[in-house]
Amino acid sequence: MSIQNSNTPTGLASEHYAGDVYHTAEWHHHGHHDSDTDDAHHQNFWTKYVFSQDHKMISKQFLITAIVMAVVAMAMSTIFRLQLGWPGHKFPFLESFMGHWAKDGVLDPGFYLALVTMHGTILVFSVLTGGLSGTFSNLLIPLQCGARDMASGFLNMLSYWFFLGFNLMMLISLFVEGGPASAGWTVYPPLSALPEAISGSGLGMTLWLVGMALFIVSALLGGINYVCTVINLRTKGLTMSRLPLTIWAFMITAILGILSFPVLFAAALLLIFDRSLGTSFYLSDIFIGGHPLAHSGGSPILYQHLFWFLGHPEVYIIIIPALGITSEIIATQSRKPIFGYKAMVGSILGIAFLSFIVWGHHMFVTGMNPFLGSVFVLTTLIVAIPSAVKVFNYIATMWRANIVLSPGMLFAIGLVSFFITGGLTGIILGNSALDINIHDTYFVVAHFHIVMGSAAIFGMLGGVYHWFPRLYGRMMNKKLGYIHFWLSFVSVYGVFFPMHFLGLAGVPRRYYADSAYEGFHELVNVNSLISVFAIIGALAQLIFIYNFFYSVFRGPKTVQNPWKSNTLEWTAPVEHMHGNWPGDIPVVHRWAYDYSKPNAEDDYIPQTVPFSKTKSSNFPGED
Amino acid sequence: MITTLVYVVLILAIIAIARTVRIFELLDELRGERDTQEINRSDNRFNGFMLLVFLIATIVYFLYVTLKYKRFILPVSASEHGVGIDNMLYVNFLIIIIVFFITQVLLFYFGYRYQYKKENKALFFPDSHKVEIIWTAIPAIVLIALVVYGLVQWNKIMSPAPKDAVIIELYAKQFDWTARYAGSDNNLGKTDFKMIESSNPLGIDASDVHSGDDIIAKELHLPVNTPVLLVMHSRDVIHSAYLPHFRTQMNCVPGMTTQFHLTPTITTEEMRKITKNNQFDYVLLCNKICGVAHFNMSMKVVCETKEEYQKWLGGQKTFADNMKVSDEKTSNSILVSK
Repeated sequence: MSIQNSNTPTGLASEHYAGDVYHTAEWHHHGHHDSDTDDAHHQNFWTKYVFSQDHKMISKQFLITAIVMAVVAMAMSTIFRLQLGWPGHKFPFLESFMGHWAKDGVLDPGFYLALVTMHGTILVFSVLTGGLSGTFSNLLIPLQCGARDMASGFLNMLSYWFFLGFNLMMLISLFVEGGPASAGWTVYPPLSALPEAISGSGLGMTLWLVGMALFIVSALLGGINYVCTVINLRTKGLTMSRLPLTIWAFMITAILGILSFPVLFAAALLLIFDRSLGTSFYLSDIFIGGHPLAHSGGSPILYQHLFWFLGHPEVYIIIIPALGITSEIIATQSRKPIFGYKAMVGSILGIAFLSFIVWGHHMFVTGMNPFLGSVFVLTTLIVAIPSAVKVFNYIATMWRANIVLSPGMLFAIGLVSFFITGGLTGIILGNSALDINIHDTYFVVAHFHIVMGSAAIFGMLGGVYHWFPRLYGRMMNKKLGYIHFWLSFVSVYGVFFPMHFLGLAGVPRRYYADSAYEGFHELVNVNSLISVFAIIGALAQLIFIYNFFYSVFRGPKTVQNPWKSNTLEWTAPVEHMHGNWPGDIPVVHRWAYDYSKPNAEDDYIPQTVPFSKTKSSNFPGED
Repeated sequence: MITTLVYVVLILAIIAIARTVRIFELLDELRGERDTQEINRSDNRFNGFMLLVFLIATIVYFLYVTLKYKRFILPVSASEHGVGIDNMLYVNFLIIIIVFFITQVLLFYFGYRYQYKKENKALFFPDSHKVEIIWTAIPAIVLIALVVYGLVQWNKIMSPAPKDAVIIELYAKQFDWTARYAGSDNNLGKTDFKMIESSNPLGIDASDVHSGDDIIAKELHLPVNTPVLLVMHSRDVIHSAYLPHFRTQMNCVPGMTTQFHLTPTITTEEMRKITKNNQFDYVLLCNKICGVAHFNMSMKVVCETKEEYQKWLGGQKTFADNMKVSDEKTSNSILVSK
C-alpha cells in the first residue's frame, strides 16, 4: 500500500484507506508531515466540496441540505397556518408564487393537504432522519471514535447523493400537474393509490415513492457505514463502555434504520405495484369515479402494518440521536458526569428494542383485532419506563452541577422539557381506550410535534451550536443564539400547547377549516393564537439562518476546545484535514465524563489523558 | 401592488435585522469581547433568570388557558362507555400533571440555581444504584396500574355487542355519510360494490331477504339508552367514523367490515339543555384524511327517545319502496320511448 494512494483521499482507489492505511503506523512515519500540503494540491473544487468522501465535508453537505429543506417545510407550515388561523381570509401575496393553488390569495383545499403531507414528509425524512443522523453521525462517529474517516468513504458519499436525490424528488413534485403527494405523510392507500381519489395521487405520488426508495438506499448506506465504523474503527483504549453517549445513540439509531427501512421499501414497492401494475395488495371492493375497480382481495390495513413497522422505529430514529446529543451537551456544560451512564445506555437499548413491538398503537381504531390492541397497549406503555429513566438522569446530572448556559445547553434543556411534556401525553394516547376519542385529533398533533418534532429539532439545533466550532472552525454569535432559543422555545409551547385543548374538544387533524361543525366555530380564536406563535417561531429561525451562514464566513475563529470537553473530537486540529489527526490517532485512557473529578487540577480530564498523569484525582483501581 | 410591497417590506426587514446585528457586533468588538464568544457570567445570569421567568410564565399560562377553554375540553359524554373513558382520562391527567410539574420545575430550577461560577465545582456523582432502582420501579408500578385500568376499559368497550343491539350501518364515501337501518328484522341486507348504481348507491343486493326492509337515510338517528351496533363500510378510501360526544371512533375500510357498539345516554334535547345552546346538534365527522373535501364530510346525528326513534323510522321509505319507485320510473321511461 503506497502512501501516495492514502494521501489522495478522494480518489476511488483510496476507498479503504480509513480502515487500513490510516490505522497503520505507516501513516505516522511517512504520511503526516506532508499531508496538509498534499490536501491543498490534490483537491479541486469538485473533489473537495462536491464529490467529497471526507466525513466532515459530507456532514456539512447533509446539514446544509437539511437547513434548506427545513426552510421549505417551515414555509409550508406557515402557509397552512395562515389558512387555519384566518380561514378564508385573502392573502394576495400567496397567489403571486402559488398561482392557482391559492386563487385570490385563499389556499386551495386540495393543496392544503399537499402542504400538510409534504411538510410532514420533508421534516420527518429530510430534516430529522437524513439531516440529523447524516450531520452528526458523520461528523462525530469518526471524530469521537478516533478514526481517520468512515469505514467506507465512498459509500458515505453515495449515501449523501441518494439523500440529495430524495430531496430533489420532493422539490420537483411540488411543480408537477396535480400537485405533490397529498394523502398525508403516511400515504395510506387506497387514497394514495388512486389518482381518482385525490389529484396528488398522480405523478406527485409516483415521485414521492421513487424519492422514498432513494431515501431508503441512502439511509441503509449511511447506517451500515455508521455501525461498521463504531464496531471496527474505535481507537485503542476506546472500549464500548467508554464510548460517549452520542456514539451509542448514533449506532443504535443506525441499527434501527437498517432493520426497519427495508420494510418501508417493501411497503412502497407493493404500493407501486398496486398503482402501476394492477395488483391488489392493498385494494379491494372499491367503487370510485363512477365505476367499480377490478382490484379484489387486498387489505389497506396490511399497508398500515408495514408502514408503521418502519414508522414507529422511525420516530426513535429521529429522537435517539437528539437524546445522544443532549446527553453530551448536558454533561459537558453541566461540568458533571452524566448521571447513570449504564442506565442511559440501557435505556437507549430498551427503547430501541421496544420500538419494534409497539407499531400497532397507531392502529387501535383501524378495525384491528382488539386483543392485538391490548398487547400493543402493554408494550407501548412500557416504553415510558426507559424514557422516564432518561429524563430523571438528565435532571440528576444538572443537580448540584456548575452549568454553563450556552445556546447549545439551552436547546438541550428545551429538548428535555419537550421530551417530558410530549412523553406524558403519550401515556394517554398509548392507552387504547383513551385513544378512541382523541385518535387523529389535534391532541395527537400536539403530542408528536412536541415529543419528537420539536424535541428532535432542538437536539439538532443544540448540536449545531455546540459543534459549530468543530464543523467550521469558527464560533456562532451567542447573543443571536440566545434570541433564537427564547423565541423558538416560547413559540413551540405557544403553538402546540393549545392544540391539546382542540384535540380534547374533538377537532380532527388535517381539516382545511373547522366549518363542518358549528361547535368548533368558537375555537377559531385558539387557531389564530397558534398561527401567531407559528409565524413568530418561523421568523425566529431566520435569525438562526443568518447567524449560521454569517458565522461560517465571518464568525470569530475558535480555540481548540471551546467548551472544555473531554471527548476526542476536540483533540483534532481546528482546521479540517483528511485523516483528522496529524500523526498518530489519539489513544483513549478513560471514559468521556470525567468532569469535576475530585482533586483534579481542572474541571475536565480529556479521554486522552492517562491515569498516570492524574494521580491526585484517581479513584482506587484507576492506575 | 400590495404583493410587491409585502416583498419589499420583507426584504428591507431582513436587511434591517442584518444591519442591527452588525452594529451589535461592532459594539462588542470595540469592547474587545467579540473574538471569544465565550459564555460569561452575565450570559449565565440572564439565561438562568429567563429559565425561571419562563417556568413561572408557563405555569400561569397553563392555568389561564385551562380555565379559559375548560368548557370546550371534553364535552359531556353522551354514551355509557364514554363516562368510563372520561374518568380514566381524568385519572391519567392527574398523574401526568403531577409528574409534569415536578420534573419541569426541577429542570428549570436546576438550570437557574446551579449556574456556572468559576469558584464553584460540580459534585462528581456518576451514579447511584439505589436512586436508579427507585425511579425505575415507581414509573413501572404506576404504568402497570394504568395498563390494567386501560385494558379493563378497552375490553369492556370492545366486547361483543348485546344480541338485541339495534344494528345501523354507517356507509362512507367521498365525501358524505349514509346511514342504513336494519329495519324490522334487525338484519342488514348483503351489499356488493359491483351493484352500485344511482338508484342503489350502497349496492344492496335486492335478492337477499334481509334487504327489503332496510332504510337508508342521510341522518343518523340513535335511540337513547338502547345498545346500538354501528357497522361500518367504505366504498372508496379509508374514512373514519368519529362521534366525539359519544367517545366513539372506528375506521371505515374498503373491503372490510368494522364495528363499534355503544349505548347513547343523552338525547339531543337533553344535551341542548346541558350545553345551554338550543342550536346544539350531535355530529358524525370523518376523521381519516380522505380527499379534498375531507373537512366537510359530516352528518347530523339525532339522539332521541325510543318512541321518537320508532316514529321517525316509520316515516322513512324502505329499500323495497325505493326500488319499486325506481323500477316504475324505468318502466315508464321504457314505455315513453316505445
